[in-house]
This record gives sequence, C-alpha cells and structure tokens, in this order.
Amino acid sequence: MRVNAIGTRHHSARRGAAYVAFLVHRLSGLALALFLPVHFWALAQALRAEAELEGFLRWTDSPLVKAAEWTLVLLLAAHAGGGLRLLALEFLPWRDWQRSLLAVAAAFTVVVGLAFALAL
Amino acid sequence: MQNVTRDARRETWLWFAQRASAAVLGICVVVHLITIIYATRGGLSGAEILARTRGNSAWLAFYSVFVLAVAVHAPIGLRAIATEWLGWTGASRDWSLAAFGVALIVMGFSATWAVFQ
Amino acid sequence: MLHVSVWRGTEQGHYVDYEVPRQTSQTVLDVVTYIQRKLDSTLAYRYACRVGMCGSCAMTVNGVARWTCRTHVAAVTGEGSSLQIAPLANLPVVRDLATDMREFFNKWARAKGQYEGSRTRRDDFAAVKPASKEAQALQAGIECIGCGVCYASCDVVKWRSDYLGPAALNRAWTLVNDVRDDARSERLRAVSGDAGCHSCHTHLSCTERCPKHISPTASIAGLKRATVAAVLKGAL
Repeated sequence: MRVNAIGTRHHSARRGAAYVAFLVHRLSGLALALFLPVHFWALAQALRAEAELEGFLRWTDSPLVKAAEWTLVLLLAAHAGGGLRLLALEFLPWRDWQRSLLAVAAAFTVVVGLAFALAL
Repeated sequence: MQNVTRDARRETWLWFAQRASAAVLGICVVVHLITIIYATRGGLSGAEILARTRGNSAWLAFYSVFVLAVAVHAPIGLRAIATEWLGWTGASRDWSLAAFGVALIVMGFSATWAVFQ
Repeated sequence: MLHVSVWRGTEQGHYVDYEVPRQTSQTVLDVVTYIQRKLDSTLAYRYACRVGMCGSCAMTVNGVARWTCRTHVAAVTGEGSSLQIAPLANLPVVRDLATDMREFFNKWARAKGQYEGSRTRRDDFAAVKPASKEAQALQAGIECIGCGVCYASCDVVKWRSDYLGPAALNRAWTLVNDVRDDARSERLRAVSGDAGCHSCHTHLSCTERCPKHISPTASIAGLKRATVAAVLKGAL
C-alpha cells in the first residue's frame, strides 16, 4: 500500500521491469557521482610518494573495504549495462526484443560482479 | 518570458552531450573494468598501478579522455535528479552542477597526472 | 458481493465503501454505474460510449489507470472481492471520479500537437507512401484518443508538473512524420524545451498501460533522435 497524490493509501500498482531498470540506473549513477571525487582524491595522493599510496592500498586490503570496492564495481557495471540498454532503446529503431535488453544488462552486471569477486 | 528556441537548443545539446559522453564512457568503462579485474588478481598494490601508469602516455591520454567524459556525463545526470526529486530548478542548479563538473576535471586531471609522473 | 472503495471528494476527501452485487462479465463501469444509480446518486463520474472507443471512463482501478468500460471486475479482483476506484492520477479532481482534463489538452497544444498545412485546392495531392518509414511511424501512434491513461501512469508527470507527457509528445511525433505538415521545425522546438521529450526516462509505464497499444516511449525516442539531428544541423 502506498500513498498516492490524493493523499490516502491505495493498492500499489505493480511496477514494471523498465521502472526497476530506471531506478537501478539512477541510483547507481548517483552513488558513482558521489564516489568519484573520493576516487580522484585517493589517486592524487600518489603524488606524495609511492610509499604513501602503498600504505593507503594496504588499508584497502581490509574485508570491509574489499566489499565496498566490489559494490562499486557492481554499481559501475550496472550503470554501464543499463546505459547501453538505454542507448539501444533510444537510437535503434523500435523493436519488441528491445524490452528484453533489461535481461542482457542485468546479466552483464552479474558477470562483471562475479569476475571481480573471483579476482579478489 | 520563456525563449522556446533557446530552451530547445540547450536541452537538446545537453541530451546529446549526455549520450555522446555515455558512448565514450562505454568504451572507457570496459577498458577500466578489465584493467581492474586483471590488476586485482592476487591483491592490489601501489607499485603495480604505478608501474603500469608511470611515464605511459597512452594511459595518460586514456584517463584524460575518461575524466573529461565523466565531467560532462555526471553533472547532466545529476541535473535530472535535482529537477525531478529535489525540485531544484533554474540557474542556481545549473551553476552548481557546472561547478561540480569543473571540480571533477580538476581533481581528475590531478589524479591522472599523479599516477603518470 | 463486491466490496468497493470509491474516492469521494476532490484532492481532499476519503474512500467510501459500497457493497455491490456481483454479476458475470461485469465491468468496473457497471459497478460505478450501479453505485450511482442504486446506492448514492451524488457520485460524480464520466463515461460516454461504454464500448472502449471514447476513453472518457478512464479511472484508477486498484492503483492502475484503466478504461473502466473495458475492465472486467474478475480481471482485477482475481480470487478476491475488493475493488478500489479512484480518479485518474496526475490531474486535478473536479469531484469524485471526474478529473479536470484541461492541462492534459493544454500540453497537447503546447507540444504543437495540431496539424499545420499550407497546400490549397490548387495544389496537387500530397503523395504519401504508405510503406515509408514516416507513414509507418505515423500509423503506429495515430490511434490515440486522448484518454489520459498514459499521462496518469507517468512518473515524470508526477515529478514535474510541467512535463508535456506521453500523449502530447506522441501526437507531436505523428505530426513530425506527416509529410504534409509544414510546422516541423517549430514543433521540434516546442517538444524539446525544459520539460519536453528529453525528460522521458523510458519507464515504459505509458506503453504498458495504453489501451490502444501505442508506445509513446517509442514516439518520444523518435523525437529525441529528430531533435538531436536538427540541432546538429543547426536547424533547431
């Protein structure tokens, strides 16, 4: 049950797959946009000394940080996969098989996530 | 008074920039993901990263293009979120996002340079 | 018996419960009509043709925008017996189940959803090839009757009250593909403003819900391509 524009609760309309794809794409993009300055800052620290970068990277060996890294790789793969799906929907002539691009994008995300997890 | 032509051109160029930068990022991200997965086998180390990037003009060029594409792509994406979910419209939104884009360029280039030199 | 909750009031109001006898092949419009005729004559609602041609009877049924004349009760209640009926979303409420459609049609006009031709009777007929890409694109979107279901289903309309919406943009796309029309540049400018076609995020809710099986998402994607082609040529 959710509150509608009128202001009282009503039955929740079943959300289509395309809406979920949009939500994943937008939220992953937001997370990545917020992460990027941190990412650039960490790398810029290498300007100081290689040893310092080394020290920083030893910190990144902790399991919590590894989990965070894996999440970021997954977010990147999800956002890129969803983005490629969008480019197909917007630029290619409209075909019904494009609706199943969502499955392709999701598969891409999973594959990348697994590959990274196995590499750790 | 709303200028229809000016709005139309601005919105269309922004949409185009978003998709064009997305296409560039599509390639950059694939290269980046492969590199990450390849590089993190057996653990990530500073020496390994720097051995790859130090003095390497190809990586410098690659990351520079990557940074520019991201600095275009991210603020335009955030613009839609600001408008639709925060109700933030107008010049203050656009100037703030432009500033964020400039910040990404500055930080991104300094990071790219840091691992190059 | 069916347990039916019906929205009463304007934007402020509440759901009122009614008990309606169940019939075979009963539609939601039948239910609303029964309530108004037998239980509560003060209920306000709209319908006209009641056979799925005019689009006047569109309402929100169990959270989903539908034509009530073409929605069998059994299809939405399933095994259960409860129905919730509200006016279409994203539109001001006149009263009860009747919405104010003016802004919906104002946006249609703002998107330049009207044909503009300049040929006269002294000119030859326009030659339209039915198999051409343009004619097929036009045909795919031309059956819209302005029922408002897509507009009521659109999240972006909900988030941005100025967004032109799927129906207006779909109509504009059919006209962009009409080789007889003369207002192409003006129309492309009209649809690509601050709250125009570029604000569509392909949720596909409109396409899923359209009772005429039109895909406004596809039309809007077409407008995105057409406007970007125009701006690259300096023709926008």
